[in-house]
Parts: sequence; structure tokens; C-alpha cells
Amino acid sequence: MKPKVAFFDFAGCEGDQLQIANLEEEILDLLGQVEVVSFREVMKEHSDDYDIAFIEGSCTRLQDEERLKEIRKNASLVVAIGSCATIGGINSLKNYQNMDDVKKTVYGEKASLFDTYPARPIDAVIPVDAYVHGCPMTKDEFLHVVKSLLLGKKPEIPNYPVCVECKKNENVCAFERGEFCVGPITRAGCNSCCVNEGTKCWGCRGMVDNPNENSQKEVLVKYGLSVDDAIGKFKLYFGWQGKKK
Amino acid sequence: MNADKNLEVNVHHVTRVEGHGNIYVNVKNGIIEKCEWAIPEAPRFFEAMVVGRDWTELQHITSRICGICSIGHTLASLKATEAAMGIAISNQDLKLRKLALHAENLQSHILHVGFLILPDLMGVGSVIPLASSNPAEVKTVLGLHRMANEMSNLICGRTTHPQRLIPGGFSKIPSIKDLLSLRDKLQSSIPALEVVANLVKSLAPNIPNFVRETEFIALSNPDEYALYDGKIASTDTDSAPASEYLSYTNEYIVPQSTAKWAKHVRESYMVGALARLNINYDKLSPLAKKISEMFDLKPICYNPFMNSIAQLVEIVDSVADSIKLINELETTGLESQSEYNLPKVAIKAGQGVGAVEVPRGILFHDYTYNEKGVCTKANCIIPTNQNHGNIELDMKALLPQILDKTEKEIELNLEMLVRAYDPCISCSTHAVKVHFV
Repeated sequence: MKPKVAFFDFAGCEGDQLQIANLEEEILDLLGQVEVVSFREVMKEHSDDYDIAFIEGSCTRLQDEERLKEIRKNASLVVAIGSCATIGGINSLKNYQNMDDVKKTVYGEKASLFDTYPARPIDAVIPVDAYVHGCPMTKDEFLHVVKSLLLGKKPEIPNYPVCVECKKNENVCAFERGEFCVGPITRAGCNSCCVNEGTKCWGCRGMVDNPNENSQKEVLVKYGLSVDDAIGKFKLYFGWQGKKK
Repeated sequence: MNADKNLEVNVHHVTRVEGHGNIYVNVKNGIIEKCEWAIPEAPRFFEAMVVGRDWTELQHITSRICGICSIGHTLASLKATEAAMGIAISNQDLKLRKLALHAENLQSHILHVGFLILPDLMGVGSVIPLASSNPAEVKTVLGLHRMANEMSNLICGRTTHPQRLIPGGFSKIPSIKDLLSLRDKLQSSIPALEVVANLVKSLAPNIPNFVRETEFIALSNPDEYALYDGKIASTDTDSAPASEYLSYTNEYIVPQSTAKWAKHVRESYMVGALARLNINYDKLSPLAKKISEMFDLKPICYNPFMNSIAQLVEIVDSVADSIKLINELETTGLESQSEYNLPKVAIKAGQGVGAVEVPRGILFHDYTYNEKGVCTKANCIIPTNQNHGNIELDMKALLPQILDKTEKEIELNLEMLVRAYDPCISCSTHAVKVHFV
């Protein structure tokens, strides 16, 4: 029997689920291996009987925690897909501000009608079994994670910085070009896609497990940058540093 | 005949739309007591998130408002920043940006018409069963979708959350060789598009025949079918520059929705492909007009279900206009730029508005920067939010006309209405589920 899979989304842009549509013809191969029982974005049917749950988006409201716990109860494997789900992502930019001010900025006098709390990744609320990082998630990594889980293996996710891939791609270092780059502490696996396209690493895949702070500091000193510059840039994706469930 | 009809519909989280929306209907003894469109999506507070951030990051952050229209958000963001600081872009970059927008329009419309609307017209719950029942058609749609994504990749560096689009221009541009090979693909996609148009045409009798007069708003431009730039135009009033957007959008807050709603001179208005077609029909390419004529779609069409057909027309128009843009770039030749290009910008304080037509309608970004180029205030008005009021009024007008149908049919019709708008609720925040209360 094919394993049953379900897709869920919380606060996010649905760009990760879109990457599944972007598999194009490969979707047909995937559908040969699994049975999709719930995927609100593309199908009307829904079932709570599933083996693997893929979750996109951050948890940004207390009321959403119940839904996450329900999914955890139903699924034998929970996979977080995309930065918002794996690390809190862009949503956690608001965590640096007072939540009442955040609500007032957007909703003015009607702010009290809306709930919100600091944005957090899925594993801040429920245990997560596997991660597909990136903003949006990397399609190839998604396929690798799915294949590994179907074979009962642990997916292999890089635990070295983006710089490793970037050097291999022979990019000119962003620091050399006078830009600030978060690549030295960000988890690789994206093939340094943003630097390849002429920009820099923004940190969407989150930090490696044991970031080499000294090395990042050396880079800062070498290029005459301050720790304040660095902290400002790190805030973009790293706004949640809480504990995992 | 409906005098004793009692009905309770609760669609929680309407499916095959981007984001979460609910439909609540309550009918007692044939009288409609409640007919409501609600948006429970978790709000994300982008306008607060960008405050304090550097001008070079704004397009990166606001792109994340929506995965499907991330190119459109990036472009509206760049235009706002460029307006605020008086940054000009070259004619070549303008053409490349237009190609980027066409790529997104193609990707999004093909996804909507091919994967989300066709199942309704063919009476199934999703595209998945169609993969085995109609493999040739599904493969055609997949092929077109892939071409659109390859085009995004080529122009923007990525399909979702583009990288190359930066204030003042591009960090990297495609080669003329790549553009010419893209032109070949676009050219050879036309027969496939005709296959899809004929398939939809054969199912057209299943499109509900429903009309309700309303106002349509879209960008309009004397030189072209407006997507990247133009004045704000309405079927009810005179046009105005984008900087005057607030006098059109008039946002307000309703308790059942985390998304803001909008109205202009009537109780509601509609934006999107149908609004654009209604306002700019005469600017469509001959090929696109041919598709429009196939469906007898001409301005002003007041049937919101025809929005999906207007998208089909726009798919063809985007292909035709992209070919034209590449022809122009071929004639002028492509001026090369340095690697890791970073346009020089004189940072200054100011406020600016960027308006762009994205797949679901007119989009506004409005930023204020201080003299260091730090954002102090932002306002983003998303197409789907502008449509919420119109969706609810359409539901209220449609419901009495379909009350004699079964509960299941009523639910399906209301959901189809919502889907026709191609709502992108994660933008607005999220939408759809019918609750018959």
C-alpha cells in the first residue's frame, strides 16, 4: 500500500507547496509512490488518515498550536518545509518589535480584533522528524527527503556553510565586492543559488548546527564591518532562537 | 418553491485556492439569514516587519508576501523604492522586467486555469484523477507550466522569490542567445495553448451564467496592455496616477476577516484579469483577441466566472507580447553589464508608490524612507483584498438564484465563484471554506 501523505499550511506564502507544482512532470512519478489524501491548495478531498504530514509556514497564534498538535497525533512523520516552518523565517522579523505595536501598525484602532504572538518554527510547538530548508524550499532536497523517508532512511542534509558551495561555484565573494553576506554561518544545500544570481546569501536556510562565530568575526574584522552591521543582517531570517520540542 | 428551504453551509477553508477562506450560509424557511465570506488566515504583519529595514532589503522581504506572485511583489516593491529615491532604470531593464512579469502571469494563470479550474469544469475534485483519465491534456498543461517557470528562471534567476531584480536594474541578465531560445519555446507553445483553449471551450457550457454589475479597476496605458505600468483606471470614473491609489482603495476592516477590504465608488469593485480585459481589451494582441472571441468574451463582461477565461486570453497575450519584446531586444542588441551588477544609487529620504498588475489584479506598495534609506512606513494593498467585498456581494446575489439546487450543488457553486477570483489569500493573509450554518 502506498503511504498516505498530507500537506498543511500555517503563516506563510505557500511558495513551498508551489515548489511541488514546480516539479512539473516529476509530480507524476511522485504520485506513483504516494497517495495524497489532503492538499487544500490543489484538491477538494480531505482525510485525517495519513502517514506523512508536510507542514509549511510558521506558527504565529496560540490558537494554531491545537491544529499542529492534532496533525502530530495523526501523522507518524512530520516534515517541516520552507524557512517559515523550519526556522521561523521572514515572519520572525516582527519578533523584534512589541506585538501590540505590530498589530497597531497594520490594523490601527481595530488592532484588538486580531491575535498574534512571536512567529516560531513548527518544532517550537511539536516535534519534527525532518526538515526541507530554504525560502522557498529546494525542490531537489524535497525529493531527496521524500525518497529517504519512503526508504526508511535519515535524509542527508548538509551541515556546513554556504561558502563551501559558493567557492566550488567560483563566485566572487560578496565581502570582496563590498556586500555583507550571511553565507559563512548559513547551512548549505542551496548550491549558493542567490550568490550565483549576482547577489549574496540572506540566510534563509538557517544557521549550521555549530556556527563558527570566530570565523564570522574574522571576516567582519577583515572587511572593516561592525558586529552591529552583522546583527542587523542576521535578524532577517534568524529572529527565532527558542528551544525545540 | 423554496419557501420551506432550510440550509446550513459551512465551508471551512475553501480548497484549490491559495490561502484560507470560509463561506458561511444560513437559510431559514427560504429566507437568507446569513451569507458571509470570511478570512481566518493568520496575519503576518509585513507592513510592520519592514519598518527599520534597509532599502536594499525591501524587495527581498516583501517578495515573501506571496509565493505565487513573488515577482509581482518584487517589482511593485522596486518601483516604490525607485519612486521614493528618484532612481531611473534603463530601457533594456524595463523590457526585461516586463518579461519577468509575463513569466509570472503565465505561470500563475496556467496553474489556475489548468490545475484549479479545469477540475470544476470536468466534475472532479482535483487535477490528480485527471492525470490518469486525461493524461495528454495534463501533460500539455504541465509542459506550458514548465515553460513559464523556465522563463522566470532565465530572467529572474529563480522561479519563486526572484534574485536578479534589484533597485535600479538587474544583478545579472540573460544572454541574447538564451532569450532567442526562449522565443522559440514561446513560439512553439502556441499550438499547445490552442489545445487548452479548445478543451476549455468544449467545457464552457459548465461555466455558470451569472451576472452582477460592478466596478472594475486596473492599470491602463495608451501604449500597451498595461501590466508593468500605467494610470489607475476604472469602468466608473476617470483615471489617476498611481500615487493617488488611496482614493481608490479606501480600505476598511470587517470583523470576520484578518484581511482588509476595499471599496471605491460602489460598495465593492473587482480587480484581476477580467478587470484588465474589460478596461484594456483594445490593446490585446490579435492572437489573444481571437481566443477572447472564441468565448464571446468582450467588454464589459459582468460575469465573474469569466475571470478564468480572461486569464486564458491573457496567457496568449503574454506569449505574444513576450515574443515582441524579445524581437525588440534582438534588434537593439543586448548591452552587457558587469558581473554582480549593483547599480549606483544616491540614497535619499522620500516616499514613493509602486503599482503593478500582477496575476490577481492591481497591486500597490507605498514606502517612506529616512535619509539613511531606512524604511519608516509601508503600506501594501494586495489584489485579493480588493476583491473580498466583491466576492461577498456576488455570493449574496448568486445564492437566491441557486436556492433550488441541492446543498452539495450550492456549496460547489459558491466555491467555484470564489475560485474564479483566483484568490491569493496568503497575500492578503489566507481564504476559503463554506460553512452552511
